[in-house]
Amino acid sequence: MSASNAVMAAEGADRWLVREDLHAQPGTMLGFWLYLMSDCLIFACLFAMYGVVGHNYAAGPSPKDLFELPLVAVNTAMLLFSSITYGFAMIEMQRRRVNATIGWLAVTGLFGLAFVGIELYEFQHLIHEGAGPQRSAFLSAFFALVGTHGLHVSFGIVWLVTLVFQLKRWGLTDATRRRLACLSMFWHFLDLIWIGVFTYVYLMGVLR
Amino acid sequence: MSAADLHKASANAEFVHGHDEAHDDHHDDGIPHAAFKDYLIGFLLSVLLTAVPFWLVMADVLPSKHATTAIIVVFAIAQMLVHIVYFLHLDSRSQGGWNMLAAIFTVVLVVITIAGSLWVMFHMNDNMMPAMVHEMGTSP
Repeated sequence: MSASNAVMAAEGADRWLVREDLHAQPGTMLGFWLYLMSDCLIFACLFAMYGVVGHNYAAGPSPKDLFELPLVAVNTAMLLFSSITYGFAMIEMQRRRVNATIGWLAVTGLFGLAFVGIELYEFQHLIHEGAGPQRSAFLSAFFALVGTHGLHVSFGIVWLVTLVFQLKRWGLTDATRRRLACLSMFWHFLDLIWIGVFTYVYLMGVLR
Repeated sequence: MSAADLHKASANAEFVHGHDEAHDDHHDDGIPHAAFKDYLIGFLLSVLLTAVPFWLVMADVLPSKHATTAIIVVFAIAQMLVHIVYFLHLDSRSQGGWNMLAAIFTVVLVVITIAGSLWVMFHMNDNMMPAMVHEMGTSP
C-alpha cells in the first residue's frame, strides 16, 4: 500500500510538478516590501506617540517657537530631489548603463547627505537653545520620530555607498539589480514617511 | 486517482503555467519596470502637492486654521498616493497581488494605531483635565 503510494507520488511528481523549470519569482522583492510595511508600523507608533504627547510642552517651547519652516521646506526639497534622481538611476539601470547608474546614485547620495546635514543642524540648534529631547514630552516625541526617520536615511546612504562599490566591482548583475530595486523601494518609502512628518509635525505644529 | 483526474490535473497545471507566462514579460525578475514618464509625472505632482501646503502655512493664506489643516492633510494623503503609484510602482498585480494585500493590511493597522491612540488618549485627557491642570501648574 505504502510502497505503491510512494511510487505513484514519485510518478505524479514527475508528471505534473517538475515538467519544466519553475517560473517562481524571487521572493526578495515581496520580502523587502513586507519589511517596509513593518517599518511603516514602527513609524505609525511614533506618529501616534507624537500625536498623544505632542501638546505637552511642560511650560517649555511650543512648535511655533521652535520650527523654522524655510529650513524644513529646503529639507523637503532635498528629499524630493533625491527621489527623482534615484528614479533616474533606476532608469539607467534598465538601460544597462553602469556608469550613469553610479552617477545618479552619487547625486542621490549627495541630496541624502544634505538632508541629514540640515536635520543635524536643526537638532543641534534646538539642543543649543535648551530644547533638547529631555525638555518636554513634546520634544522627546519629536526627536524620537524625526530622529528615527533621519537614522533610516543615514542607513540608506550607507547602503547606497555600499551599492556604488558593488556596482563598480561587479557591474549590473542580477544580484546588484535586485539590491538597487530594494534600495529604491526603501528610499521612496522614506520620502513617503517624510510627507507625514512635514505635514503632521511641522506644518500642523506651526498652525496650532 | 483515475487517468481522467490525472489528465485534468495536468491540464490545470498547464493552464496556471501559461497564465504565469503571460504576465512574465511585465516583471521577469520581480523588479517593477520604471518609466521616465512615471517618475516625471510623480515628481511634478509631488512638487505641487508639497509647495501648496508650505505656501498655505507660511504665507498664512486662509483665515481659518481648521480649513488650512484639512487642506494640508488632504494634500499629504494625495502625495502619499502619488508616491505609492509613481515611485513605489504598487499595483494590484505586482507579486501576484501580495504587495497590495500587505499594503492594505498595513494601512488598516496604521489607521487603528494612530486614530485609536488619539481617540483614547484625548478622551482620557478630557476626563482627567481639571485635576491634571492643577497638578501640572504646581509641578516644576
